[in-house]
Amino acid sequence: MIFEVFRRERKGQPFQHAGSLDAPNAVFAEAYAREQYGRRGESAALWIAPRSALREIDDFVDELGRNYHRVDGYPLKEKLKEARERAGTAGDR
Amino acid sequence: MTDAEFLEYVQSGGQVEVDDWMPEEFRLLLIKFIEMHGNSELMGVLPEREWILRAPTLQRKLALTAKVQDEVGHAQLIYRVVEDLGKPREESLDDLVAGRAKFHNVFHYPTKTWGDVGVIAWLVDAAAIISQKALLKCSYAPYARIMKKICWEESFHILHGRDVVLTMMNGTDEQRELVQEAVTRWWTPLMHFHGNPIPPDEDPMYLWRIKSQGNEEARQQFLDGYVPQIWELGLEVPDPKLRKGDDGVWAYTEPDWEELRQVVTGHGPKTAERLELRRFTREQTAWVRRVVLSNAVAA
Repeated sequence: MIFEVFRRERKGQPFQHAGSLDAPNAVFAEAYAREQYGRRGESAALWIAPRSALREIDDFVDELGRNYHRVDGYPLKEKLKEARERAGTAGDR
Repeated sequence: MTDAEFLEYVQSGGQVEVDDWMPEEFRLLLIKFIEMHGNSELMGVLPEREWILRAPTLQRKLALTAKVQDEVGHAQLIYRVVEDLGKPREESLDDLVAGRAKFHNVFHYPTKTWGDVGVIAWLVDAAAIISQKALLKCSYAPYARIMKKICWEESFHILHGRDVVLTMMNGTDEQRELVQEAVTRWWTPLMHFHGNPIPPDEDPMYLWRIKSQGNEEARQQFLDGYVPQIWELGLEVPDPKLRKGDDGVWAYTEPDWEELRQVVTGHGPKTAERLELRRFTREQTAWVRRVVLSNAVAA
């Protein structure tokens, strides 16, 4: 059974994926995780979960091209240039 | 995605995860490279293991035991990555003990004195960490992630080795002689360590961005970082041509690449003996795996 291991390096930091391990059951998985990812005090905490229990979502479709709620939806450079020229302030900068 | 698009993706810094599509050629290269790394971690403890019972102090014995434990731990992490790519750990171990798989050149040589233990932990681990840091950006992300932990542990292994060497250099003439002999003995294997100087663009492992630097670049980095550290202790490197040019590039005597080829294809001075020990211990511990697995299934 494959378990995924996530580790928190220090208190206050997020858990990050560290690796995976193959264990016959949860008891062994815990022992292996302690050995492989916590033996030298390199982790403040570990999460282990069977790989089969994880649900991954990786399809974020944007059919409507809704860039208005993203920074890249607002390319201001050209418009600003035009506005400055209109106001006669283009050379001030 | 076509193979060509994938190649372009990884060459521009893209990474893939375990479930992502990848070209078969890439997957097979990954298995070959990562399995060799795992084998090296596992075989690499054998030369050091021989010195646990002969360590000069209790502190050194504990440190060496812990280092051996760390390296075996690295093998566990690495074989797991290989398993996810499609090759079970037992199969990797079968191939290893049957002599069908490769492991790093340095682990085919004997350790003759405690001086070798210091020089291995210092300089072999230094050479290894240079290769391993070039894997932190590996195009196969699960491998890159475990490399963080591995590099962190290697960093104090180097200190352990340097501490052993410095202690001996500050000791008696006889101790200094042991270190000098070890440096002389290990120099050729160290120069072989990063492989022959093929151009990165002809190296499939670089091409697919499994590693992020070429062989010669790694060797230059090693020479630049460690030759001055060797020289400042009054130790000699057995290569009269070794010097840093005005262009910052180190010149050296071309090592015998045929020796490297011989050694890594299983004809090193200690290859057969160490594989035999690995075979023996695997048989000796087979009952543990049987009991653990059957109990776990029953529970």
